[in-house]
Amino acid sequence: MPIAIGLEGSANKLGVGIILHPHHESADPPSPHDSAHSDDEASFSHARKHASPPVQILANLRHTYNSPPGTGFLPKDTAAHHRRWVVRLVKQAMKQAGVQLEDIDCICYTKGPGMGAPLGSVAIAARTLSQLWDKPLVGVNHCVGHIEMGRAITGADNPVVLYVSGGNTQVIAYSAQRYRIFGEALDIAVGNCLDRFARVLNIPNDPAPGYNIEQLAKKGKVLLELPYAVKGMDVSFSGILARVEEMARKLEASQTSDAGAWKDDESGEAITKEDLCFTLQETVYAMLVEITERAMAHVGAKQVLVVGGVGCNERLQQMMGMMAAERGGSVFATDERFCIDNGIMIAHAGLIAWKMGFRTPLEESTFTQRFRTDEVLINWRD
Amino acid sequence: MTQLNPHLPPPFDTSSAEFTLIAQGAESLLYRTTFLHPNTSAALKVRPEKKWRHQTLDKRLTRQRILAEARVLVKLSGEGIASGGGGKKVKDPKLGVQGVGALRGRVPAVWGLDWEKGWLVMEWIEGRTVKQAIYDRDAGDEMGLRALLGEVGRVVALLHGAGVVHGDLTSSNLMLRPLKPETGQEGEEKGVAKPGRLSGEVVLIDFGLATQSVSDEDRAVDLYVLERAFGSTHPKEEALFAEVLAAYGETLGKSGKVVLRRLEDVRMRGRKKSMLG
Repeated sequence: MPIAIGLEGSANKLGVGIILHPHHESADPPSPHDSAHSDDEASFSHARKHASPPVQILANLRHTYNSPPGTGFLPKDTAAHHRRWVVRLVKQAMKQAGVQLEDIDCICYTKGPGMGAPLGSVAIAARTLSQLWDKPLVGVNHCVGHIEMGRAITGADNPVVLYVSGGNTQVIAYSAQRYRIFGEALDIAVGNCLDRFARVLNIPNDPAPGYNIEQLAKKGKVLLELPYAVKGMDVSFSGILARVEEMARKLEASQTSDAGAWKDDESGEAITKEDLCFTLQETVYAMLVEITERAMAHVGAKQVLVVGGVGCNERLQQMMGMMAAERGGSVFATDERFCIDNGIMIAHAGLIAWKMGFRTPLEESTFTQRFRTDEVLINWRD
Repeated sequence: MTQLNPHLPPPFDTSSAEFTLIAQGAESLLYRTTFLHPNTSAALKVRPEKKWRHQTLDKRLTRQRILAEARVLVKLSGEGIASGGGGKKVKDPKLGVQGVGALRGRVPAVWGLDWEKGWLVMEWIEGRTVKQAIYDRDAGDEMGLRALLGEVGRVVALLHGAGVVHGDLTSSNLMLRPLKPETGQEGEEKGVAKPGRLSGEVVLIDFGLATQSVSDEDRAVDLYVLERAFGSTHPKEEALFAEVLAAYGETLGKSGKVVLRRLEDVRMRGRKKSMLG
């Protein structure tokens, strides 16, 4: 039975996952179900109530590098973090999975896209393992990893995918053996917008700036006016970021000035940090739901799958769910084990490709900061 | 008065006219109905409340979009004060010789609207979407497809020449309206095009995201949106998209060539970008 180990480190999360693809005799049609919030930690076989192919997660470990509040993580520090942690995580994963070297069929790693130095550290680790253990390498596209893992976990058959993270914002639909990008952010990713906004207000980065913004937003009430930049199927966030950073500075200034607090025109109440978080979330998430809806309408899809770190956000999931329900469809999302960058998705997508005969020879086991989702031939689907 | 159509906004909810739901797009619902006279078909575009958005944002967007769409359509049809030069040629070289009003008949005429209640009534455009026409076409009709795509390029060029950028160009937002029945045609039923034929007039619809702009960047992005949407929806015909761009360049002359060069930059941006700021 094929087993793969996957290494992920395109941003500040280092993930190591070990996956098993059991052989399945019968070709059961997939049975989609909503939002898999499994209680299982290590193993996860849904062979009976779940879509094929059922996968078994033998280990899924992650360690995150967070920089202090007010700062973002730098490539060289992140790479150093990954180098410090990878051996430990690999050993721990092997132990947890209870597998031997001989059982592993391939070493999967993130070829891209992402940040150069961190990707490089992980690629070196993968190559080292490959040579030490004499196992083939499989380079995986990070976005395809998210999509394939999302499909496997949720059972969504052919959804429109919204992939949103600190580094990516894409609306994807499958067509003719490619994950085609229908719409995307034209300048910065939505997660990047959220992360940089967090810095201006010194919102902590631990466990993730987006998570902390979400908690603050829950207490926000006032919706201020931000530019709403949807251009057809695409979105743009740099204008919104500039405006919301301006608001953050205005808020800080008003809190320390003698002129008094910044008050909302309508209610007369003082604007708070929570209101800014609320405003930003409501605006950018509405934009994302809108472009997803457009893609669904254009393609005629009923299912939406949300993947990527920003996909963990409950408000986004709620908005997406309401939109999908209005259209007679449904939304599929995973929990933080799979939304946030992880090694298991790399192992999963890599193993699928390996089973199709795909290999990455050592000489070609490079990494790249730019790797478009539609560059990968999805030859495991019709 | 009794509510005959509770799902429609007032005054249509109490109207005894017929309303047929034609399409449920991402932004709005499109109904076919009649306007003032039972023989005059009209399109009623309703922008329903989107409860998943914050209400303030929702109201603001609905109002902005209905007004923007109506203003653009009126300008393109060249009627009234909103047409800018009052129908006269405008001096800006980027607008080209066509000026405003050039697209009358190529865009639906506006007949009524209510930006608070979220509806717009327009002239009904007969025919199918270009998307459907391409799907249904006769397999061997490459010439017809090339001609159709050329027509698309020409109409988009006229649109840009009139100082408007569509904002949502896809093959679902382009209609293929059958030509008026010709006299003396044998065999062919008047006014009804054979299903596989690609003949007709290209009419632009759905100006919900249109803006009034003459910038090369906006025009290039408009073409890029169409190019990508085309490639995603019609992957096998992707290579023929060049016909659209060729006709565009020809129609808009020098300005057109500048936009096409800019389009190359826009494409590269998609390829090369890193989304980390």
